[in-house]
Amino acid sequence: MSTRLAALWNWFDARMPSVAEQWRIHASEYYAPKNFNFWYFFGSLALLVLVIQIVSGIFLTMNYKPDAALAFGSVEYIMRDVPGGWILRYIHSTGASAFFVVVYLHMFRGMLYGSYKEPRELVWVFGVLIYLTLMGEAFFGYLLPWGQMSYWGAQVIVNLFGTVPFIGPDLALWIRGDYIVSDATLNRFFALHVIALPLVLLGLVVAHLLALHDVGSNNPDGVEIKKAKGPDGKPLDGIPFHPYYTVKDLMGAVVFLAIFAFVMFFVPEMGGYFLEHNNFIPADPLKTPEHIAPVWYFTPYYSILRAVPPLFNSQFPGVLAMGIATLILFFLPWLDRSPVKSIRYRGPIYRWALGIFVVVFLLLGYLGVKPTTVWGQFGFDAFFLDTKDVATWVARLCTILYFAFFFLMPWYTKMDPVKPVPDRVTA
Amino acid sequence: MRAFFLAALVSVFSAVNAAETGYRLEKSPHDPRDLVSLQAGAQVFVNYCLGCHGAQYMRYNRLTDLGLEEGQIRDNLMFTADKVGEPMRTTLPQKESKQWFGVTPPDLSLVARSRGADWLYTYMRTFYRDPKTATGWNNLVFPNVGMPHALWMLQGQRGLEIATVKDAGGHERAEYRWTQLSPGAQSAIEYDTTVRDLVNFLTYVSEPAAQKRKSIGIVVLFALGILFIFAYLLKKEFWKDVK
Repeated sequence: MSTRLAALWNWFDARMPSVAEQWRIHASEYYAPKNFNFWYFFGSLALLVLVIQIVSGIFLTMNYKPDAALAFGSVEYIMRDVPGGWILRYIHSTGASAFFVVVYLHMFRGMLYGSYKEPRELVWVFGVLIYLTLMGEAFFGYLLPWGQMSYWGAQVIVNLFGTVPFIGPDLALWIRGDYIVSDATLNRFFALHVIALPLVLLGLVVAHLLALHDVGSNNPDGVEIKKAKGPDGKPLDGIPFHPYYTVKDLMGAVVFLAIFAFVMFFVPEMGGYFLEHNNFIPADPLKTPEHIAPVWYFTPYYSILRAVPPLFNSQFPGVLAMGIATLILFFLPWLDRSPVKSIRYRGPIYRWALGIFVVVFLLLGYLGVKPTTVWGQFGFDAFFLDTKDVATWVARLCTILYFAFFFLMPWYTKMDPVKPVPDRVTA
Repeated sequence: MRAFFLAALVSVFSAVNAAETGYRLEKSPHDPRDLVSLQAGAQVFVNYCLGCHGAQYMRYNRLTDLGLEEGQIRDNLMFTADKVGEPMRTTLPQKESKQWFGVTPPDLSLVARSRGADWLYTYMRTFYRDPKTATGWNNLVFPNVGMPHALWMLQGQRGLEIATVKDAGGHERAEYRWTQLSPGAQSAIEYDTTVRDLVNFLTYVSEPAAQKRKSIGIVVLFALGILFIFAYLLKKEFWKDVK
């Protein structure tokens, strides 16, 4: 550094030493295990997508109109007349799906290596809060293009709140601000999407990272690196996050951005999964589309909702099941009674349970984008068949397995034979 | 375990592509790089479609993308606007048209994105005479459609008989027997070409930046490829001492 720059830095550092101190705590002297593998890219990638979404979102709001009469046209105006507008819009729409891809893989990593287990329960809880906030953020944002899917998707989801006993109808009315999804709904969803939830999201991300950096990162072996320290007091298996992981994550980010760019420049609609075909038709409150499906990242839960049969003519049991399916994630650290963290040292029961869980989650997601008739109907009749749709029964089985994974976890993780965990991380 | 995951993934994603029911759509042969076809499609659109359907998000002067000069656009294509920067609106009154057709003819700016090119290509080629409908026309991919066959003078009038036949395996399938009731101004091949041009144009209109998007995409991917080499070398250099 030139002497002038050094002098400027010294002046700054003398007045605000916390900048250098925070840098040391969170980067240059934050010791991360040296054995991070592929799955450990997704945390920093989630942060990258968050930044991408915020920046592209800021520029989109400069041209978007949160008005039922103008919204759809303003998106097309962005796509056609705003210089570079289509790039911003595709960045943001691809980013929304990319966010969920990255977050789902990040959560799966946690389940592979037991990253939620003691002492990282709070890291996991903040993470689940981020996930739920992200779902809200995506839901509110999806109304803004004001296409048919935006409109009817919002209608369906708000109506879910209407099924809550006693307060339901008032609750739905309060959320919409009108008797149907309308201009009032669009305006408030815009406010929630661009201000309220992003602020919550940023706060939660800070909490997630602080909680992580206080206890230190887990790793594919599930070994606590702080237990083996050198004479200098630094973990023997740890390396400073900066520069080791900053350069490694930079490499991961470039690969991720290449995939991201491939999608947004060559298949921005992703076959109708990232941008749905029906959403290129302006919202029409008088015309219900034949098949309303939420965007792919919600469909596992939507499948659970549809799979649960109504009780006393109320869909509330399904809504409740869907709610529990997401909220159960909070309890994962306490449901898992295994003495080891990583799947590397767990027994066959957990391996199978996690494998089945992944298949069930994907299957529920697939069924959620399809009508319940997708796999035809049973050819026979029986008294217990309230519906003959094969797909509904598969979804029911998957729903049971989904819940079994969590509710039976205290037992099967306890009886699962484990292998001895090494004292130090393996290469 | 890994093989198990992979097999599950493959089965999920191959099932996504399961066939839909109904009349099988034909693959549209349009080519977004064929400027002559796009210009011809623009001409078909303003002559036969714009009377009822607008393309309100598309501006006339944007048609310079298709290799046209503003003067050419003004002289040959601009029937519904005074200034070349105006959008391609229809002159059809919106309220009355709902009474006339039962539905306001939809704006076609994005029809290729909501319906798809294959749907449009098949739709424009499967109109037939049907005395049971109000317009005397019906359509195979859009049954009881409110729109009469706008290009009938080109294609001529056709009749359709749907017969159920059994194939060698004993499976029933529908067989479509077309009859030419009156000749059109174009031969069957010429008509298919006209429809191809129109679909090409509508696909362009639905996303005018599509071609530019792909050409920028190649540059971006190339740049990221170069960046990856440096990022990889940087990582390798820093990680040399990690054992």
